[in-house]
Amino acid sequence: MSSQALVEISDVNFAYDSRPILKGINMTFPKGKLIAIMGLSGCGKTTILRHIGGVLRPTRGYVKVDGQVMHELDHDNLYRMRRKMGMLFQFGALFTDMTVYDNVAFQMREHTQLPEEIIHDMVMMKLHAVGLYGTQNLMPAELSGGMARRVALARTIALDPMLIMYDEPFAGLDPISLTVVGQLIRRLNDALGATSIVVTHDVQESLKIVDYIYFVSDGAIIAEGTADDIRASGEAFVHQFVHGEMDGPIPFHYPGGNYKQDLGVRA
Amino acid sequence: MPVARSLRNIGHRVVNAVWRAGFAARFFAMTLLYSGTSFRRFHLVVREMFSSGVMSLIIILVSGMFVGMVLGLQGYETLKRYGSESALGTLVALSLVRELGPVLAALLFASRAGSAMTAEIGLMKATEQISAMEMMAVNPIARVVAPRFWAGVISMPLLSAMFSAMGVFGGYVVGVVLIGVDEGSFWSQMQSAVDFQHDVLNGVIKSFVFGVAVTVIALFEGYDAPPTAEGVSGATTRTVVQSSLAILILDFILTAFMFRGD
Repeated sequence: MSSQALVEISDVNFAYDSRPILKGINMTFPKGKLIAIMGLSGCGKTTILRHIGGVLRPTRGYVKVDGQVMHELDHDNLYRMRRKMGMLFQFGALFTDMTVYDNVAFQMREHTQLPEEIIHDMVMMKLHAVGLYGTQNLMPAELSGGMARRVALARTIALDPMLIMYDEPFAGLDPISLTVVGQLIRRLNDALGATSIVVTHDVQESLKIVDYIYFVSDGAIIAEGTADDIRASGEAFVHQFVHGEMDGPIPFHYPGGNYKQDLGVRA
Repeated sequence: MPVARSLRNIGHRVVNAVWRAGFAARFFAMTLLYSGTSFRRFHLVVREMFSSGVMSLIIILVSGMFVGMVLGLQGYETLKRYGSESALGTLVALSLVRELGPVLAALLFASRAGSAMTAEIGLMKATEQISAMEMMAVNPIARVVAPRFWAGVISMPLLSAMFSAMGVFGGYVVGVVLIGVDEGSFWSQMQSAVDFQHDVLNGVIKSFVFGVAVTVIALFEGYDAPPTAEGVSGATTRTVVQSSLAILILDFILTAFMFRGD
């Protein structure tokens, strides 16, 4: 990964109270690339995204986006930086009291002085780009899970952000929607010339579309590389994760004490 | 040591309550600070006035009507003992304009619109809509909270006025139409006894204060709700309980200042 970095994470540590979540994370996200952060639920993936978005402050280290240290920005500059970012939430987070049209137009109305005719044309183009032209008058409750995710994607790219973050974009999707969303993420990244970060634990779909992968376990990076590197990885955790094996470094059983003793069985 | 544990629990609750009061005060200050958007884009406030104010109209009007009818019946029975049935209009109007209008309308507003505001904002938080807004560089206090706050504050005195007007009409229906109190004395005594500044304006001030209290409690509880089904349901309950208590306590304080020595 040699091209210029848009996002740089350097020695980031973070803890909730005294519970460490991130332990010395170092990552680089070059411009124009699509990069995945993978790992088990609760391993700290979303916490990394929240640091990139400036929602959380690291206890040590820093996150730089476009040359700016995120936790040093004041409120106005942080919001200015966020206008250059887009984030797709796990279940879309569409505004349920607005139509599809108003959801996609939301940022255009909030951040620009564009006339309504231009906004109309832009909304239609964004909806067309995600294959949902014609749904503009529907309410979010009338959409399927996959459609809602695509509308949210249209909203995310409304102002052509330089950085797009995806938090579990494949969660709960049927196989067709999963492929559609995966391909859209790749195509939109390339068409917009953006940089994309996908947080996911969907291995198979991610390996098809991403340029580079970071594997996070227990708040630290345990493996990284291209899709082929990850498939061929000898690291036991990565192997268990990629191949979906039931037992391995992550045991099937919760460490719940002495089961036999609990049942009164003598060894 | 059960005693030590109980003391610790009480101390913990007190400390928590003080923290929450501090957060609520900060939240209120932020709401006022970021109210500029609400006035620049007043259609956001109007839209919220529709859902919190207009949608509460039915319950306010029906309740006002029946409260006025009950006042008419009870008032007539009491005044008849002293031969003062003609003062029924005065009794109904003063009771409603000074006390029952602002207080009951605020209690109904808290139950109907306040709980809805809490649930809506709590659910927006649980479904990450608030986080999405923040990530889009849109301040949720300015975009979501402040318009609802001003909608509540503007709606409350209007609803209270409608409650009182409907109550007076209810008292008229029972007193004049059904019981037969003289219509002329009903209206003329009311007109001469009710003072605009002393009675009506004080009632409006009361309902304005109740509007601020109810709306701030409802919005804060929603914004502070844990993002779970249980969290949102608990926040909704707290909104109704705390708003009701706040209305009654504030009513006593305001009444003591406004009508002492009457």
